[in-house]
Amino acid sequence: MRKRWLIATITALALIVAACGGETAGTTTEATGTTEATGATEAPVTTEAGDTSTTPGAATEPTGYDDLDQALAGEFEGSTVEVWAQWLPESSEASNFTYTLEPFQEATGITVDFQPTPDYETALQVAVDGGNAPDLAQIAQPGKMHQYAESGSLVSLTDWFNTEKLQADMVPAFYELGLFQDDLYGVYYKTDVKSIVWYPVQGFADNGYEVPTTWDDLIALSDQIIADGNGNPWCISIESQEADGWVATDWMEDILLRTAPPETYNQWISHEIPFNDPEVLEAADYMSQIWFTPDYAYGGNTYINATWIGETQDPMFAEGGPQCWMQKQAAWIGGFWGANRDALADDPSLPADQWPIKPETDVDFFYFPPIEEEFGTPVLGAADMFVMFEDRPEVRALMEWLATPDAAAGWIERGGFLSPLTTVPDDWYVYPNTQLSEMVAGATTVGFDASDLMPAEVGAGTFWSGMIDWVAANGENTGEVFQAIEDSWPTG
Amino acid sequence: MRPTPSGLKFLRALLMAAAVIAALWVGLRVLRDPNVFAGLGPSLSKLAQALVAMILGVGGIWALFHAANVMIEALPGRATEFLRPYVFVVPAVAVVGLYLIYPTVGTVVESFTDVPEGADPLTNYRQAFTNQEVLQAMRNNLVWLLIAPAVSVIIGLAFAALVDRVRREAVAKTFVFMPLAVSFVGASVIWRFMYAWKPPGQPQIGVLNAIWVAAGGVLVDLGLLAEVEPVAWLQVIPWNTVALIAIMVWLQVGLAMVILSAAIKGVPPELIEAARIDGASELQSFFRITVPSIWGSILTVFTTIAIAVLKVFDIIFVTTGGNFDTSVVAVRMYQEMFRFRNFGQATTMAVILLLAVLPLMAINIRNLRRQGIGA
Repeated sequence: MRKRWLIATITALALIVAACGGETAGTTTEATGTTEATGATEAPVTTEAGDTSTTPGAATEPTGYDDLDQALAGEFEGSTVEVWAQWLPESSEASNFTYTLEPFQEATGITVDFQPTPDYETALQVAVDGGNAPDLAQIAQPGKMHQYAESGSLVSLTDWFNTEKLQADMVPAFYELGLFQDDLYGVYYKTDVKSIVWYPVQGFADNGYEVPTTWDDLIALSDQIIADGNGNPWCISIESQEADGWVATDWMEDILLRTAPPETYNQWISHEIPFNDPEVLEAADYMSQIWFTPDYAYGGNTYINATWIGETQDPMFAEGGPQCWMQKQAAWIGGFWGANRDALADDPSLPADQWPIKPETDVDFFYFPPIEEEFGTPVLGAADMFVMFEDRPEVRALMEWLATPDAAAGWIERGGFLSPLTTVPDDWYVYPNTQLSEMVAGATTVGFDASDLMPAEVGAGTFWSGMIDWVAANGENTGEVFQAIEDSWPTG
Repeated sequence: MRPTPSGLKFLRALLMAAAVIAALWVGLRVLRDPNVFAGLGPSLSKLAQALVAMILGVGGIWALFHAANVMIEALPGRATEFLRPYVFVVPAVAVVGLYLIYPTVGTVVESFTDVPEGADPLTNYRQAFTNQEVLQAMRNNLVWLLIAPAVSVIIGLAFAALVDRVRREAVAKTFVFMPLAVSFVGASVIWRFMYAWKPPGQPQIGVLNAIWVAAGGVLVDLGLLAEVEPVAWLQVIPWNTVALIAIMVWLQVGLAMVILSAAIKGVPPELIEAARIDGASELQSFFRITVPSIWGSILTVFTTIAIAVLKVFDIIFVTTGGNFDTSVVAVRMYQEMFRFRNFGQATTMAVILLLAVLPLMAINIRNLRRQGIGA
């Protein structure tokens, strides 16, 4: 079984690239021009989202998907589809997804009962075990999808889904990550780029700091910040309720992509090399340089382990200037910056340009710099897919719709969405996704989140807890920690 | 041939029972369809479903017992008297068997059979007892067991003895008793704030650190201390486990106090009086007369809390998630079950917990029986 993931990941090297090239699919990894699309102002998305039609049954162009066409013709009007996702109730993600679903409901007359679910993985598991699975569910880890597919809980899409169209519309690597034993089960919907570092724009300008483009620059800048008496260069923390530690695993993965060939990365995932292979330990040393060099991380290792990931960067917005200056985190973090947290708690649908702390103008990001030249400029990504537990025509229709650009329109308009579909026009995207898609287009390697691909005992177990132990010892037990994770790899 | 009157009565009762069962069957089938009340809108439909389920559940049970009762009433007098207890007890036993004994047996079986093909049945247990994290969890369970029940009983007993003489006894007891009304999860969230840590120089939102830093600050001002730093209470091994045990004690002291207070009031005053007349001091009469008299209650409280302690899960799960060497067997069980989907290991954890709890249960039941409560 694991072999299949590996194949998927090797292809994942080419990953999102095409999605952003705007080319029609194909396995090419050409980094073609998204360059003109930088203008954040032209946001034609609204019209696209609302445009599908207002009444069910209004004549529409064939979509290439049979059930969806029938749905758009109003055939399933009045039916309900239950959808679960891990986005928390009242969160901006849930609000954005609800918004995104509106045109589908208007056009088809199908009610989508979207339930953002706390304690998601357990809740979904319990529902599936109890025979009460939702019709559709979002899943972040390919391994979870494999488990559900293997136990026969999932509906295979192979026989009825227009897989040829999907293959043509989607980045090949994502299409393949949706497969299990050559059957299609998952349709990828949303992708995330993790290799970015956020920094306070004004603070950098005031102090004459420049965005670093190499690892050495990054270290030099860190030292400079300390020397200037400006507090600590890094905002890092990993406390995340049930999933403590995942932020650290992202760092490890991002660095390993920069210090070892892609083959090593894949062998590490598939356990063809030990978890504590010398190449991995080398990456850990690079990570220690930032995490455990005295004064580098704000609040030291106690802060890293004790602080919730949504509050990691709070000292960046301290009165009297930033106390920490750089935070490596995917784009969703913007909603959690200082005052943004409260603003979005009051109104989860608040668009990014009305946040108290604005992305781009107040806080911008740079590409987490490469380390060893021969491994180029890799990017670490993750993605969410949808899977189907119940086979009814209206459920099929929604599943098909999620594979169309229309299903991306609303969320792109709200901000913070990068689609795996190559059919989403470049000029729909605004900051930061225009920049992110360019970054991915220019990437030499794109790695899928390794911990999501490892067996859960490691990827959602000892890898997380090992990182916590490592931080607790301030990085002094590297050998032991990585050996313990290696020992925990399930046998058989 | 005409049926005898009692035969007719029985037939009618039988039909009634059949009708009840049929109605329940149909009702449950209807309830299984999540969209049965979809016409009422998303929130109202759930409410309607819950309401129907409650009526069906409570009413159904009543109807079933009623039908059974009518049925045996129709039988000849002797048979009625003989069957009546069984009619009321058998369903309960059957339900307990189905929902408690069957899964327990299933869990035990699974822990031996859910092993890689060709491996011997003890594989899961061998793995459990060689896995460092599981051993750590077991050690922690032991620490919990050694500290939590004893401390809860001692504090509860002391409080019960002391408030016995206070004028506003009820008020004082209410304060100690109140945490018992808080759920484990709720208490853990509250205590997360008690133990919260913020970097030095920032306002300490955690009560403990606020006191610690403020008091330390005074000492620093006096020149008695070089500097004071906030402590991340939940990260300091092994004291973090003690910090978590404190939450359990806070929750359970109330229970200990109430039961022991009632027991103390049950000690005949003549006994104490006689001891005092014989020249026993306050403490002597407490330890020689009161404590031995209420020993049964102490044992009951102790074992009850000990069972709760062995099963402890919520407190650790909410505060540290089992990190920083604070994990216990129940948390391991949850992780194996829901995060790793490793049923073999999860059931093994369950069996280990069960075996640990059993002797305590036995002591508890025997003790209750001796007191004539659970006879």
